[in-house]
Amino acid sequence: MEWANQLCENRQFGSKMTDSKYFTTTKKGEIFELKAELNSDKKEKKKEAVKKVIASMTVGKDVSALFPDVVNCMQTDNLELKKLVYLYLMNYAKSQPDMAIMAVNTFVKDCEDPNPLIRALAVRTMGCIRVDKITEYLCEPLRKCLKDEDPYVRKTAAVCVAKLHDINAQLVEDQGFLDTLKDLISDSNPMVVANAVAALSEIAESHPNSNLLDLNPQSINKLLTALNECTEWGQIFILDCLANYTPRDDRESQSICERVTPRLSHANSAVVLSAVKVLMKFMEMLPKDLDYYGTLLKKLAPPLVTLLSAEPELQYVALRNINLIVQKRPEILKHEMKVFFVKYNDPIYVKLEKLDIMIRLASQANIAQVLAELKEYATEVDVDFVRKAVRAIGRCAIKVEQSAERCVSTLLDLIQTKVNYVVQEAIVVIKDIFRKYPNKYESVIATLCENLDSLDEPEARAAMIWIVGEYAERIDNADELLESFLEGFHDESTQVQLQLLTAIVKLFLKKPTETQELVQQVLSLATQDSDNPDLRDRGYIYWRLLSTDPVAAKEVVLAEKPLISEETDLIEPTLLEELICHIGTLASVYHKPPSAFVEGSRGVMHKRLPARTGSGEGTECPDVGNAAGGSAPEAAPSIIPSQGDLLGDLLNLDLAPPTTTGPTPSTSGMQMGGMDLLGGGLESLLGGDIGGSPAMGAGFGAAPAVMPASLNAPVGGGLGDLFDLGGGVGMPMGAYIPPKTVWLPAMKAKGLEISGTFARRAGVIQMELVLTNKAMSVMTDFAIQFNRNSFGLAPAGPLQVLTPLGPNQTIEVSLPLSTVGPVMKMDPLNNLQVAVKNNIDVFYFSCQYPISMLFVEDGKMERQVFLATWKDIPNDNESQFQIQDCHLNSEAASNKLQGSNIFTIAKRTVEGQDMLYMSIKLSNGIWVLAELKVQAGNPNYTISLKCRAPEVSQCVFQCYEAVLKN
Amino acid sequence: MIGGLFIYNHKGEVLISRVYRDDIGRNAVDAFRVNVIHARQQVRSPVTNIARTSFFHVKRSNIWLAAVTKQNVNAAMVFEFLYKMCDVMTAYFGKISEENIKNNFVLIYELLDEILDFGYPQNSETGALKTFITQTGIKSQSKEEQSQITSQVTGQIGWRREGIKYRRNELFLDVLESVNLLMSPQGQVLSAHVSGRVVMKSYLSGMPECKFGMNDKIVIDKQGKGGGNGCQSIAIDDCTFHQCVRLSKFDAERSISFIPPDGECELMRYRTTKDIILPFRVIPLVREVGRTKLEVKVVIKSNFKPSLLAQKIEVRIPTPLNTSGVQVICMKGKAKYKASENAIVWKIKRMAGMKESQISAEIELLPTNDKKKWARPPISMNFEVPFAPSGLKVRYLKVFEPKLNYSDHDVIKWVRYIGRSGIYETRC
Repeated sequence: MEWANQLCENRQFGSKMTDSKYFTTTKKGEIFELKAELNSDKKEKKKEAVKKVIASMTVGKDVSALFPDVVNCMQTDNLELKKLVYLYLMNYAKSQPDMAIMAVNTFVKDCEDPNPLIRALAVRTMGCIRVDKITEYLCEPLRKCLKDEDPYVRKTAAVCVAKLHDINAQLVEDQGFLDTLKDLISDSNPMVVANAVAALSEIAESHPNSNLLDLNPQSINKLLTALNECTEWGQIFILDCLANYTPRDDRESQSICERVTPRLSHANSAVVLSAVKVLMKFMEMLPKDLDYYGTLLKKLAPPLVTLLSAEPELQYVALRNINLIVQKRPEILKHEMKVFFVKYNDPIYVKLEKLDIMIRLASQANIAQVLAELKEYATEVDVDFVRKAVRAIGRCAIKVEQSAERCVSTLLDLIQTKVNYVVQEAIVVIKDIFRKYPNKYESVIATLCENLDSLDEPEARAAMIWIVGEYAERIDNADELLESFLEGFHDESTQVQLQLLTAIVKLFLKKPTETQELVQQVLSLATQDSDNPDLRDRGYIYWRLLSTDPVAAKEVVLAEKPLISEETDLIEPTLLEELICHIGTLASVYHKPPSAFVEGSRGVMHKRLPARTGSGEGTECPDVGNAAGGSAPEAAPSIIPSQGDLLGDLLNLDLAPPTTTGPTPSTSGMQMGGMDLLGGGLESLLGGDIGGSPAMGAGFGAAPAVMPASLNAPVGGGLGDLFDLGGGVGMPMGAYIPPKTVWLPAMKAKGLEISGTFARRAGVIQMELVLTNKAMSVMTDFAIQFNRNSFGLAPAGPLQVLTPLGPNQTIEVSLPLSTVGPVMKMDPLNNLQVAVKNNIDVFYFSCQYPISMLFVEDGKMERQVFLATWKDIPNDNESQFQIQDCHLNSEAASNKLQGSNIFTIAKRTVEGQDMLYMSIKLSNGIWVLAELKVQAGNPNYTISLKCRAPEVSQCVFQCYEAVLKN
Repeated sequence: MIGGLFIYNHKGEVLISRVYRDDIGRNAVDAFRVNVIHARQQVRSPVTNIARTSFFHVKRSNIWLAAVTKQNVNAAMVFEFLYKMCDVMTAYFGKISEENIKNNFVLIYELLDEILDFGYPQNSETGALKTFITQTGIKSQSKEEQSQITSQVTGQIGWRREGIKYRRNELFLDVLESVNLLMSPQGQVLSAHVSGRVVMKSYLSGMPECKFGMNDKIVIDKQGKGGGNGCQSIAIDDCTFHQCVRLSKFDAERSISFIPPDGECELMRYRTTKDIILPFRVIPLVREVGRTKLEVKVVIKSNFKPSLLAQKIEVRIPTPLNTSGVQVICMKGKAKYKASENAIVWKIKRMAGMKESQISAEIELLPTNDKKKWARPPISMNFEVPFAPSGLKVRYLKVFEPKLNYSDHDVIKWVRYIGRSGIYETRC
């Protein structure tokens, strides 16, 4: 009731007592007066003075000179005055860091105040002061406040950790605040949980790989519980955080969806949109035949429609999002066309968005209604809106074939209105209709020609010229029409000039007799009098074509045109997926990925939709990163923090390389035994090293199908392969190329997807790449470069991509590699950082190669040398590994290994245990010696590796495992 | 998150500026003024990106509120927050005007400090805020009072404080609907929907558990034929609730249960599109007589029980821009041509159900050589009727307060239905 009393008081005193007077003091010498007032003994006077200071600050006056005087007022028990002083401090502390120190004591004292509101106020304000010395003092109070008994203080402290992190990230980590923050996720108070989630999400954004939020089924459950209890804003934080989680399987996904759907009835539109985001994302994982999937689809439509009755600004946000949702899942809103009809009083931005969605939803079922609406809109006043409406009619014609005729007649009606911009827009779309339905609506050409004079926009002029050229044989005076355009050729825009050139050439090819003069005129205008290289080149091409081979010219110029697609402005699928993950945010409003408008590293992480899983079975497409498969071990494809960061790494080679996980093998190893007969097989034949008779044990065929992640077997088959195949046993043995994995997803490379593997064929290391163009434009000018790496791998020649790569085209290239490039030790050792360039941009990725690629063919050591070397290498350099579940006998193992240039030098049998001694030579001359113990009947091998460079042991062991198991 | 919040007057002068994030510089204030407030062309989007900084704005009368950010924030949340901010300010000092904002700038800064922390919206329920943000500041509070405040601000029921007492327990329910229509000149319904709100004013002691029931088709069907008792049920397309309503319970059982905030709140919003009672039908007839004359005839028919009375009826018939004179004849009410609004406004104070009335007008036009045709805006209508056009009926609102001894019967309840026109248009 106190505020009410206060209100009454204010009224009694009248306007004299109100705060607005502070805005009017603009006298000279004001600062001096304020100074005196601030140092006054009377509390009221002090407060008045501080208010004046704040008012001046708001209107942009510099009152920093009063800093010491204002800070002096801080020591007060009057909360209002304290808040004002704090407000001042937040503004000026940065510019007066030395003076700001004066405030520290009061802050620290306030953090201990018995009143929780004051404790919270102090810690909240301290976090906003970006002065190092103050920050230092903040740590202790913050630590206490994070564990305060009062939830209000804890929720404030949680946000303060995010503030501190923004000032000094290292400090937050060193002081262990992140762990305390994580603990707050289990707090009993829902608002504390919500703020902790918000703070952690923000911090996690700047550490893309940190797994800071550590979302797991337990923590998700906590969040879902808090979701029911916290404020509307807290619900948004939690839902936005949930959207980053990837459920393990469809069951978990469904159960989360079930608990999120009630949020669709929340009055706050942001809660609704964030819930929609979670559902849209998790739905990806549900099998489509599931009943629940259908139910969920049905549940999504009503709340989306309800968003349209919100205030106009929110409607706009909602419509931009619906535009995305409709592209991703048209079925949700297909029956809701009517709600997108434009209302007369809608703000223009709402109108334009609605129109877009109407076209997307247009179908045979509702086209009549849509057309009637569009016709209404075409008579409105707003020029942009009218143009868009006219264009929409054309798009309907192209999209719904049955309606084309009606659309054309509607457009003709509109042309009759003679409203200039309507006519021009109509002609542009009619051109597209002609393209889509050739030889169908040419009867309207006469009407179009009547409006030639009114066309003043380049696009409309170009469209009209195209029509005249294309249908020159049916337009009697086509030559006159085109000639009339030719008069002002040099004043036209390039678009029109090019179109005119082509149209006249078409005309000439159709009616050569009458138009020879015209064509010569245009050719000379284009080639001799123009500065535009495009125009000149096109002119020359036509000229030569016409003068050398008119028949060929006809074939070229009058060739059948490819059909135009229905939907012209669809968002690229990869971008669309990312935007769906950003529903409700600015990215979804701009229809741009966050990296396009956010500076720095924040939000640059690309998000993707999860893949559909069938109850824990393997995923459909192994390239979708975060799909959590059931039992199959699947690592995410190499995540590169950001292009900028990696570029830094490529340049500053001392920097720690980005953390990468190994490439993802698909769940079943690809068997390519036959393929390599001429490669490694023959090679080893010539080597003359036949490792005895390939008698194969019975248990031998059971090579495990699953290969551990990041292990890639080398290429090269032994003679064993020959026998094996010849005998028709069909054992899955011999040379093996690691399956291709996606190294660079299209998402990160503007539509270019690169997958590949490494192979060693006939002593040459090859990188085998598959380039896929998932963008909408043609890619050319490919080139490749490696960063310095552990073994000096470098491309031995340029990347041979000779033809441009069209949309949806795939090309396989194999790139021979040499090992004479610059060397730098990488971590892991077999990490390779690659840069690929095309006409669009430069892209970076990193991958790991199997080290067996580097095992050279002359790696067989003399026995004596072997013995001596073995003794010579200190025991510290020996490392032992276990290979489990390998069912080969020692003979078979030895054969298999030989294919990969791992040579058995001697064999010894002690107490039923076979000891194999082997040698390997790496391309850089490092020798690795190995002792392999194989016990009959025991599927576990023991291997000891000795090497002067013990770092390679781990990689070599991995090769052993990969080779033996495939 | 929100990096800063600015409030400007219509001239673009800053009244309030609060920056939450270091990435927002002082020049952001000017960037918005120059590019949006002083922009030559009308602003075409409520979200503007200027030099990688995004500005969200809403306007209340002639005051601009702008939120600024450099990150990929939740855009829906920012707008919801701006609206909420307006609500809070209105609750504290009434209309949002330049004068009120200047008069209360200290209070506004205090509020901004509380409801946005580092750009994250915090509890913004006025009920809770008023317990500790007062214009004078907190003078003396006992320890219990302090912890009561903090537990309310952060608590599960952040919208209501404990220990409220009324001598008379009373509650008022208003079912407010706005009926929207777009009709073709031929009388075909192009789109029609009702958007309704249930507004509750409660003066109840303690922490009352409430349960609200209406003739929702899904509930009635579930209860079987016996429960229906001949009561017409309605199909609700979608509804949203005040944050006090337990959403998971609604999702599971479709029952609406809650502990209401003290005083007024908007309990529920809903939307229906089926079986709407359209209170009025407008039949237009426009005839162009030559190039300089138009004849307009409009008939309105009321379509509800004859015992009910519609009020504040207004029909707005747009006229072309080149109108030079209008003659009107109407059977009922008053009609006037308003040149400044380019429309004939026909007002009728009251009209009973199942009646009909007519207006005819002759419009003289100045000859123009403007090629552009007159856009023929639709004829719009305003009215107020004492029933819910959606057919919604309140079946019950039960109140339980387990701790205090007053029962549901002791609560005095009032229910009122008001149907208003939303955008009620007929094309001509």
